[in-house]
Amino acid sequence: MKPSGRGIAYLMLAPTIGLLVLFFLYPLLVAARESLYAWDLLTPPTYVGLANYRILWERGELARAFRNTVTYSAVTVAGSMSVGLSFALALDHPGRVAAFVRGAVFSAYVVSWVAVALLFMWLLDGDTGLVTRSLVALGLPKKSWLGDPDVAVYTLAAVSVWKIAGYSMIIFLAGLQDIPPVLHEAAALDGANRWVRFRHITWPLLRPSAVFVATTSLIISFQAFDVVRIMTQGGPVHATELFVYAIYEQIFMNLRVGRASALVVVFSALILGLTGLQLRVWRGKREA
Amino acid sequence: MKTGSTVGRAVVAVAALGWVGPYLWMIVTSLKTLPELLHEPLALLPKTLTFAAYREVWNTVPVGRYLMNTTVMALLIALLQISLALPAGFALAKLRFVGKGTAFGLVLVCLLIPAQVTFVPVFLLLGQAGLVNTMAGLVLPFGASALGTFLVRQALLSVPDEIIEAARLDGASDLYIVYFLLAPMLRPTLAALFLLSFVFHWNDYFWPLVMTTDDHIRTIPLAIALLREQGSGMRWHLVMAGNVILSAPVLLVFAFTQKHLVRAVTAKGF
Repeated sequence: MKPSGRGIAYLMLAPTIGLLVLFFLYPLLVAARESLYAWDLLTPPTYVGLANYRILWERGELARAFRNTVTYSAVTVAGSMSVGLSFALALDHPGRVAAFVRGAVFSAYVVSWVAVALLFMWLLDGDTGLVTRSLVALGLPKKSWLGDPDVAVYTLAAVSVWKIAGYSMIIFLAGLQDIPPVLHEAAALDGANRWVRFRHITWPLLRPSAVFVATTSLIISFQAFDVVRIMTQGGPVHATELFVYAIYEQIFMNLRVGRASALVVVFSALILGLTGLQLRVWRGKREA
Repeated sequence: MKTGSTVGRAVVAVAALGWVGPYLWMIVTSLKTLPELLHEPLALLPKTLTFAAYREVWNTVPVGRYLMNTTVMALLIALLQISLALPAGFALAKLRFVGKGTAFGLVLVCLLIPAQVTFVPVFLLLGQAGLVNTMAGLVLPFGASALGTFLVRQALLSVPDEIIEAARLDGASDLYIVYFLLAPMLRPTLAALFLLSFVFHWNDYFWPLVMTTDDHIRTIPLAIALLREQGSGMRWHLVMAGNVILSAPVLLVFAFTQKHLVRAVTAKGF
């Protein structure tokens, strides 16, 4: 195509590139610089070298945020993928009921995290929560789902599974649509039962969708914040302090910009590492 | 699993109960009164149909203003993203210039950086600029969308150059071509982008929490979350009424645009 003068291209890109640099790239540099200072937002900052990182390391705060985030993400991803896959398999047929249930499950992914978090606080309420009471009625021990430090992070993960299972489900449904029905018909004629067909036809052909869902939901769950802020505020005794919440706490509650920034630097490295992994997996998928 | 399979049916039943049930419980709770909630918290139906909880929420909290703030914010973000992504995507797809590769690489990198990573420095930056507690502070950080730019570029790659050439021969400027010739052709992409962006920012709790402390600029997700924190004692009927107010608009949009949303999410993968 004939160039229509170069100026116009730069003019068209300038607002987008300008805003992206200002709000996505430049902040990373600012965080890297601030992480070398101690600053409480009130008095002038003082240079402290790597002390922020050292303190976070020595106090185990880094390891704790990392451990909690990994636990939460592992359970959320594994849970939402299993639920999403079973729902996709069970709902992959026409009919009003199936369509309605698909819609209901997916709608949880679309409504606000705030609504879901509040709803489950009520359902899991110690004395009067519907879920708590039902579980007791079923003979399970009465537990403080959000107040027990050994349980709380799994409770948050379970709520997140409820929220994002619909996302896995629709990706798997799209994957199922791409499987030619002829494969199943031929296998059925050969006498393959449902499980054999799932094992040898459906699952191998769904693998790319599974990899895609796994990597994207891993990144989503690494960034979790709303459930923590609303349901547990990082407690009890820091048991649900995920990375983003730890950063939030450092800057807005402890007024420690330097330490928050040090956490930001480590967290960006983690996220970029994860997305790097994601890109490699995707490229591998395309070449395969 | 076929329609007929017992396991399949059981899974469908679990899905229906587990995913419709909580919504119903939210609505039922919001229709109860405080005494009912205290005496029979698990009653499956409210004794009388009363909207008292809604009235109380409406009277104690400026819900109207919050809904307005949220809608304006989400609309501004979605429209700004689309109007900036169109020319940027056009330049990346159809124009030749020095630095094109770098610019595209930059868009791709920003696609990978979430607000949860950059909020500390962006908060400091906007604080220095005096934009805390302003609509600009809520909107500007999301004004440019790396995803939108990327999607528009991809969609434009499949538009033949001849259309653009012909319009240029007719004397149309590139900006005219982008906004009045190509934009209508990209309707499905732009609609998907608008929906994703609007719903995401309407629901967003994180950025308004960081950027606002003041009541006049607060958005509805923040206000509803505050309903639970403020006051003491049993107030779940109020919180659930707030929850209905918060989720009803999104569910309504969802009901009418489910097909588009599913397509958008499947294509985008977030």
